[in-house]
Amino acid sequence: MIVGRIKDVNPYRLPTGGQIDRRRALAFTFDGKRYTGYDGDTLASALLANGVTLVGRSFKYHRPRGIFSAGPEEPNALVELRRGARVEPNTRATRAELFHGLEATSQNRWPSLSLDVMELNDLASRFLVAGFYYKTFMGFPGWHFYEQRIRAAAGMGRGTTEPDPDSYERMSAHCDVLVVGGGPSGLAAALTAGRSGARVILVEETDGLGGRLRSERETIDGAPALSWVDQARAELAGLQEVQVLTRTTAFGYYDDNLIGAVERVADHMPVPPPHVPRQRLWHIRAGRVVLATGAIERHIAFPHNDRPGVMLAGAVRSYINRFAIRPGRRAVVVANNDDGYRTALDLNAAGVEVIQVVDTRPVGTSDWRARCEAAGIEIRDNAAVTKVHGRLNVLGCDIAGLDDVSGARFEPCDLLAVSGGWSPAVHLHTHALGKIDWDDGLAAFVPGAARQAHVSVGAARGAYSLAACLSDGFAAGSAAAEAAGFASGARPDTPITDAPGERPIRAFWAVGDGKKRFVDLQDDVTADDITLAHREGFVSVEHLKRYTTLGMGTDQGKTSNIIGHALMAEARGEPIPQVGTTRFRPPYTPVAMGAFAGGDRGRHHTPVRRSAMHDWHAVNGAVFVEAGHWLRPQYYLGAEEPNVKRFMDAAITREVVNTREAVGLVDVSTLGKIDIQGPDAAEFLNRLYANGFKTLAIGKARYGLMLREDGIVYDDGTTSRLGENHYLMTTTTAHAGDVMALIEWYLQVVWPDLDVQACSVTEQWAAMALAGPKARDVLAAAVDDGTDISDAALPFMGVTTARIAGVPVRVFRISFSGELSYEVNAPADWGTRVWEALVRAGTEHGIRPYGTEAMAIMRIEKGHVTHAELDGRVTLDDAGMGRMASTKKWFVGSGMLDKPAYTDPQRPKLVGLVPVDGETRIPAGAILVEDPKASVPMDKLGHVSSSAYLSPTVGHPIALGFVSGGPARKGQTVWAVFPLRNLEIEVRITDPVFVDPQGARLRG
Amino acid sequence: MIRITCPHCGPRDHAEFSYAGDATKARPADPATATAADWHDYVYLRDNPAGPHLEFWHHLHGCRQYVKVLRDVVTHDVLASGHPADDLEAGR
Amino acid sequence: MAEYSVFSLIRQGLGGHKGWTRAWRDPEPKQSYDVVIIGGGGHGLATAYYLARNHGITNVAVVEKGWIGGGNAGRNTTIVRSNYMLDGNAHFYEHSLKLWEGLSRDLNYNVMFSQRGVLNLAHNDGQMDAYARRGNLMRLNGIDAELLDREGVRKLYPHLDFSREARWPIYGGLLQARGGTARHDAVAWGFARGGDRRGVDILQNCEVMGFERDGDRITGVKTTRGTIACGRVGMAVAGNTTRVASMLGLKLPIESHVLQAFVSEPLKPLIDGVVTYGAGHFYISQSDKGGLVLGGDIDFYNSYAQRGNLPVVENVMANGLAMMPNLARLRILRSWGGIMDMSMDGSPIISKTPFDNLYLNAGWCYGGFKATPGSGYVFAHTIANDAPHPFNSAMTLERFEQGYLLDEGGKGPTPKLH
Repeated sequence: MIVGRIKDVNPYRLPTGGQIDRRRALAFTFDGKRYTGYDGDTLASALLANGVTLVGRSFKYHRPRGIFSAGPEEPNALVELRRGARVEPNTRATRAELFHGLEATSQNRWPSLSLDVMELNDLASRFLVAGFYYKTFMGFPGWHFYEQRIRAAAGMGRGTTEPDPDSYERMSAHCDVLVVGGGPSGLAAALTAGRSGARVILVEETDGLGGRLRSERETIDGAPALSWVDQARAELAGLQEVQVLTRTTAFGYYDDNLIGAVERVADHMPVPPPHVPRQRLWHIRAGRVVLATGAIERHIAFPHNDRPGVMLAGAVRSYINRFAIRPGRRAVVVANNDDGYRTALDLNAAGVEVIQVVDTRPVGTSDWRARCEAAGIEIRDNAAVTKVHGRLNVLGCDIAGLDDVSGARFEPCDLLAVSGGWSPAVHLHTHALGKIDWDDGLAAFVPGAARQAHVSVGAARGAYSLAACLSDGFAAGSAAAEAAGFASGARPDTPITDAPGERPIRAFWAVGDGKKRFVDLQDDVTADDITLAHREGFVSVEHLKRYTTLGMGTDQGKTSNIIGHALMAEARGEPIPQVGTTRFRPPYTPVAMGAFAGGDRGRHHTPVRRSAMHDWHAVNGAVFVEAGHWLRPQYYLGAEEPNVKRFMDAAITREVVNTREAVGLVDVSTLGKIDIQGPDAAEFLNRLYANGFKTLAIGKARYGLMLREDGIVYDDGTTSRLGENHYLMTTTTAHAGDVMALIEWYLQVVWPDLDVQACSVTEQWAAMALAGPKARDVLAAAVDDGTDISDAALPFMGVTTARIAGVPVRVFRISFSGELSYEVNAPADWGTRVWEALVRAGTEHGIRPYGTEAMAIMRIEKGHVTHAELDGRVTLDDAGMGRMASTKKWFVGSGMLDKPAYTDPQRPKLVGLVPVDGETRIPAGAILVEDPKASVPMDKLGHVSSSAYLSPTVGHPIALGFVSGGPARKGQTVWAVFPLRNLEIEVRITDPVFVDPQGARLRG
Repeated sequence: MIRITCPHCGPRDHAEFSYAGDATKARPADPATATAADWHDYVYLRDNPAGPHLEFWHHLHGCRQYVKVLRDVVTHDVLASGHPADDLEAGR
Repeated sequence: MAEYSVFSLIRQGLGGHKGWTRAWRDPEPKQSYDVVIIGGGGHGLATAYYLARNHGITNVAVVEKGWIGGGNAGRNTTIVRSNYMLDGNAHFYEHSLKLWEGLSRDLNYNVMFSQRGVLNLAHNDGQMDAYARRGNLMRLNGIDAELLDREGVRKLYPHLDFSREARWPIYGGLLQARGGTARHDAVAWGFARGGDRRGVDILQNCEVMGFERDGDRITGVKTTRGTIACGRVGMAVAGNTTRVASMLGLKLPIESHVLQAFVSEPLKPLIDGVVTYGAGHFYISQSDKGGLVLGGDIDFYNSYAQRGNLPVVENVMANGLAMMPNLARLRILRSWGGIMDMSMDGSPIISKTPFDNLYLNAGWCYGGFKATPGSGYVFAHTIANDAPHPFNSAMTLERFEQGYLLDEGGKGPTPKLH
């Protein structure tokens, strides 16, 4: 019953055989039409089983294309797989495993696959040759006009505009031996390596093991080769240190034997199961690598060799033997090697009528040929296919003797199997900087000397026979294990295989000089394009590639590059190795961006840092803002206040006024904190900071400025002396990590003689600043009994310890806001407890938390600089802090201070700015000029670095900026222009300190 | 990925490290007397050889020690590594 | 040599394209040239072209160790822009952009310069302020710039991550509408053909092995194709600057680093212009062929290998998906690496040197491609007049000693940070 149904459903399916599960029929659609295939099918095999041969359109000429290969080298059968947010354009039908409900759509055609108006390009192809676009589209109405149309026509599949709903992950693995490829060579290598006890990883890009054995009728020790594969799989599964990863492609060979591989965990399912990633990216660090990557078949360039129904010979065998498909009814086979005979025999066995095997070689003998002759298959020597007939599918071909191409004879057929020989897949070998050598006998590049710890085996080194693959694999596996220190024991005997004698390939790249002899099928590069490139001087393989786009398609020229290079060599009259080949670069086959990104997506793109008091802020109305990786409260809204501009402005003003008039509390945990200890700590700080630190007394804090070695201001912060040899440095939030690394640099590399230890303690301490005229009252109420925090006991820049709510804290009387202010550091785990205690103690004084906006306004009011001012181009003098630089010592950056540019009187220097009209905001980023009406390009005086749109304290907008001439211009007016918003604001230059210039408040 | 042997932690991926540049540049020994030319050479000029290159890597995501490395910058082969004061070329 | 046009294309098409001749000749080296340009990349070829076109100096050789355009000219992400802040850079890059605008016709070679805009995203207020400063300066220098708010960005690129899932929210961006991309290889080939048509000899497979000197004068360039006597020598070998300069004992403020770039499989139009991410280093555009062309940080270590490693690849893609989460299923087709001359302030050097007749064009960091015509233009001027053009007057070698640094990023003398 089932057999009957199969015949109905899959007209091109053979009644028996193949590695498909005929009990599991899978429904799928292509271009909306329903079809059925079986578990074990690829989309390509399922389409062929249903008699669908027209699958895609080529890139440039939009020529109809079918299924050309059965593997990753597929240039033609590209489809949009899935739909909506999961659409995967340009998916090779030959690689997509069939699943129930699979939806595929043809691409690069309009309005339909069989009727594509852009096929007009094919009619105009005599003008659209390689590089035609460099020679035209320059005139009226300009490139932009033409480009829009070209862009719309170019491209292949359509991407989505929706985020990918699936997830990805990355994994690292280490092993003694990595085997790439699960064909006979790879399995043999994994067996001998695995038996030694070495840690072995075998990666195989398809869904199962066996490699070419799945596609051929081979025997091993008299049994079908697949039963040997089954035994090998079972044995490997039983070896504890062996891991087999199928559906995994090793895509790149990086430095020091690091192989990147992508595992398609769930691509063979409709959607990934819950908590399962779609794909997994592996970093595999291997002691030794065995490259059993096989070989890739090439075609031959004859006219119209791209028509649906022209197929690589090895692919024909794959479809017959692996998928039980009859890929045609009447076949012609054309080859320059014995693969033609082998294919003809398989076709014959599958009941396909083989019209003729066309061998481009002169007459000769081989076992394969003899078998064909015995089977009664007609053979034509020294001949080639000179033209393919048919458009949407092959209708026949012309066959002619090579000595007399004019005497072509037409043969009707619907399948043309082509073999132009095989190219070892040397991609990973060359990623690893291995050399490649031209082998005339094989007409292929084979791996030469390896650069890293890897070896190529079997077909990947040009040893194509099964016996050679197995013995190569066994030897390489045990050698790799031994190199890793494992005794591999006796090497197994090479099994007995069916090994018919082969006749060597004879290079044959293209037929005659007809039109439409495609070299690169996907990008429509023809043999004539190669000739044209040569004529125009694009004779190096790199120029050839770039000029003609040879090998630039999604297949990266896997079937075509060598043909193109060989034709160029012919044109140049030089041997192929002299002409060379282009370098292979990762990835071997295309890899999804999501796989590389792994889990670093969306909100997990980078970690979020939260202060110890974060939850308190959240329940108390904080609106958060990113500050580097941190989230900080920007301002706090009341319970009934919506987060709109009006309430935001009111909240910020309320926070400033409350702090200036009563008391505020701000979370400053994000500042970098570095604990520095040791007998030479003072000397070290004295070298690192531009100002002096040797005289800092115990229990005192000092503001410090750090320069880069080039004399430019790098970072600032306060550093406190906690004990004889104990300091605590604070840094800006932005530079916390870098300053720590810098300190380690100086201590470990530059001044290793200094006895100093440094450790980042940013996360260890929660930090909060209590600021405002009532700050002392609040702190006094908060500290446990007996701590004297009076002005006498804890003066400005004083440091002490205390307990708040039983928690030991450090108290620093320092001020960023300009108010009487105490910065309290509490162990992070107790940060909220201390914060809440301060809030409780401050309730009667009207304490309010304030956020980064209020903090920014208050620091601008005080003329304190931040990274907006210290932008990496500013000297101490520019920032108005030149006097702080010690003249009594050298320090980091001091050697550069007297460069002519740094002392140039025209340098812009820090000033305050106020609007002349008393009300117009001065936006940061505005440029200061003398005359806003001057012609462009305009001379600039400086810029506005920070702006407080309204200073509640002074009652009008204020700003900080840099102006050429600096403080000497105080009282003068200039213009702040913001042409991006058509703003011109007359501003008066003032002192940068707008509030309490004498510092009475902070000393109060 | 380059494999760097940290003298404290053993062989590690270079992604654990932060590159810290040319290790042949010596900060002027006596900064008080160094000339502008000395500083210019130290801060700005590099030999930048195409071949073995002495350099520092900071084992940032490991022991946080600076490691001196001799690496061929054409092949990325690490030829030697050690402590900052080690003379890596001596034994070669 | 035939003029390229739609008419010549049709004529040749009808005749089987048999009448096309070499795009540039393959001459034997002469014994002597007025000017020898070392480096057949975009900059070297452009320099030769403008020496002939603007200064009437046609006895010029471009010596190239491999095939022209094989270095960074063909290993970049093809972005063209002039959105610079500092005067010393801005006028130069704007001049270059103006040359781009007429380049195809000037060269009679379609370099496919396409002004679809360059948008830099901002992800916090500080970044918006910094872009405002830069954009305002651009406008005051006569360079087009627009500051977009979040909605303005959304209008141009609705598929950026505007969701609540975004780790770094988009605040807005700085747009230079005149920025865009060009076909990189065509630029090298177009300048080569343009120079060749004016008499310049392009000598491929001609590697410089050393120099002949008479004191501080260079009298000859020793190459693998013989010694070539020279009046003046221009060096434009970014990526290999130190290798050539060290033959003269010239120490430079340059380190070589590898920068990877990537292209995806070809797609129907998905991204119109160039977009750069502001919360990490990432830039992307879509080529006319349909591939997404993208890149990010350098590999962060000195390298002369034209290949990079995985960590940076992963970081680049993660940044890309943070910006455009719809790209996750699209596949990277190919990657490559170029060797960057990372200078100590992130800006290039187009300068006289301590040698009387040697001129240096180097230190392009990530940014050399967009400068190609401008660089050739002012370098030719510098060589022809033995004095810089006003547009490269700030790009001297001496600026490092004097402190007149062109540090757009404010990163200081750490090349990997530029």
